[in-house]
Amino acid sequence: MQEASIREPLILGDKSYHQITEDICRPVEGKANKYWYWAFAFSVAALLWGIATISYTIGVGIGAWGLNKTVGWAWDITNFVWWIGIGHAGTLISAILLLFRQRWRMSINRSAEAMTIFAVMCAGLYPLMHMGRPWLAYWVLPLPNQYGSLWVNFNSPLLWDVFAISTYFSVSLVFWYLGLIPDLATIRDRATGMRNKIYSLLAFGWRGSAKDWSRYEEVSLILAGLSTPLVLSVHTIVSMDFATSVIPGWHTTIFPPYFVAGAIFSGFAMVLTLMIIARKVLSLEEYITIQHIELMNKIIIVTGSIVGVAYLTEFFIAWYSGVEYETYAFINRATGPYWWAYWSMMTCNVITPQLFWIRKIRTSIVATFIITIFVNIGMWFERFVIIVTSLHRDYIPSSWVMYHPTWVEIGIFIGTLGLFFTLFLLFARVFPVIALNELKTILPATGDQAKKDHHE
Amino acid sequence: MSNIKIKGVYDDQHKLLDGIRHLNSKGIKIDNVYTPFPIHGIDDVLGIKPTRISTAAFIYGLTGLASALLMMWYMMIQDWPINIGGKPNFSLLQNIPAFIPISFEITVLFAAHGMVLTFLLVSKLYPGSKAYIAHPRVTDDKMVVEVMMDPSKADALSTMFKETGAVEVIGQ
Repeated sequence: MQEASIREPLILGDKSYHQITEDICRPVEGKANKYWYWAFAFSVAALLWGIATISYTIGVGIGAWGLNKTVGWAWDITNFVWWIGIGHAGTLISAILLLFRQRWRMSINRSAEAMTIFAVMCAGLYPLMHMGRPWLAYWVLPLPNQYGSLWVNFNSPLLWDVFAISTYFSVSLVFWYLGLIPDLATIRDRATGMRNKIYSLLAFGWRGSAKDWSRYEEVSLILAGLSTPLVLSVHTIVSMDFATSVIPGWHTTIFPPYFVAGAIFSGFAMVLTLMIIARKVLSLEEYITIQHIELMNKIIIVTGSIVGVAYLTEFFIAWYSGVEYETYAFINRATGPYWWAYWSMMTCNVITPQLFWIRKIRTSIVATFIITIFVNIGMWFERFVIIVTSLHRDYIPSSWVMYHPTWVEIGIFIGTLGLFFTLFLLFARVFPVIALNELKTILPATGDQAKKDHHE
Repeated sequence: MSNIKIKGVYDDQHKLLDGIRHLNSKGIKIDNVYTPFPIHGIDDVLGIKPTRISTAAFIYGLTGLASALLMMWYMMIQDWPINIGGKPNFSLLQNIPAFIPISFEITVLFAAHGMVLTFLLVSKLYPGSKAYIAHPRVTDDKMVVEVMMDPSKADALSTMFKETGAVEVIGQ
């Protein structure tokens, strides 16, 4: 398969196969620069603060959080949904774009998949901590026990979530690692001594025979086919945590597609935020080009617009339904005590991504970076608005309250940010951040021949 | 006299495919080909049969679906039916809408992991598996065609490799 020569090349700079290997292996084989150490120090500090606040929560109980009788879910579930959503872009890039034969994904799929795995790890921490007694977390599994056995409730969306998230995490991990195997073999064959031993273990003895590649390609394709409905099901089930309840503002059929679009929207924003930094720090500008940034920005316009339409639709339906509780929930979101959260969400998610219609903005690295930060913030507020504003004023006005996070909850959030960036920075030093061998298949023609043709 | 292994090393996928076709036309049996990345169309010229791993994945998926339904039927309907929020739990059929998400997840779980484990086992890929490295740069930019050949014919083969654009011929 060759890229047509009239198209803009996906990677720049007339690379040969060997040059790709050199460029992508450099961050793994060389020494880290001072930016990496600074970033790593910051991330580890944030992670340690997270560990401290989590330990405090386990020590004194969930009372350390700002939750109360009316708002029983707030900061933790907001962050859970936010992180899961961020993770979805990785699977979308590696699975859905593979099925659609979008070959520009090859420069970004590896790091986006890594992001998925780390984001799901961060997300998983929140329900675990909210259990209060995380050492009993295995109670969510259908295990025989001395109470009867008293089984878990398979009618509950929260249990569906247990199965969805664990399947999603383990399948994403396997998909990511399978893609890494041939690239780890490349690093193995270039290394000597202890490095060679370690990468030999990690590369599982990859040989690259024709039969291996034939099976490998089939397995990748089927895994993509399985991951595509999986990723859609995961956020659908996350949305059902809300949609199957009878809380005004939650009980809507629009939730599954709305959540999935929102997840992809926020995930692409996070991929862009990370990639814009990574391409600079790791000198990969020729692999992750303006073209990649522009294409991802186009996906942000599409998903951002879907999210915008969903916001307006649910507002309209809340009024059109004639249900006074439903109507009030939405009026309260926009004009009640949490109006600032609602309008932050509307500005960041509905207005800012529309700027990408302008070509100058969507091909500008600085503008993209700023807008993606806005989208990350907006999508965090979306979950906060959905969760807190629907709960804080329930059916009985006497139990109306406000929710404020405590320093412990904020600390855990900072901690998961630290965990995410720590893992990502380690990943960038240990594993090739671009699928280097897969990338070789999209050179305009083959290696040296291509160079010659190009110069003639 | 026993056969020896002769390797033709290419650095271009088109020359590699032409080289294999040339050997095929002379009736020379190719032992194996090692490449740094998947080569489009190599299965046809080497006569590699399509892998049946997708069928295996389908069977694993069906196993997952059956296990999920059996588990949920046993736990919620047979062993201890509990009335939770008035939702039906008298028969599998009535309860099936609530069982769809988990049935789907377990189907995917079994299909994905079963398929990948099968792939790793049949391709002998596991931690500690000894890699056969056909050429120091076979995972970088070199493609290696291996032929088991009578030493007396080795020179002719070597010429054949060279003529089709091999950058290097290694005989043992």
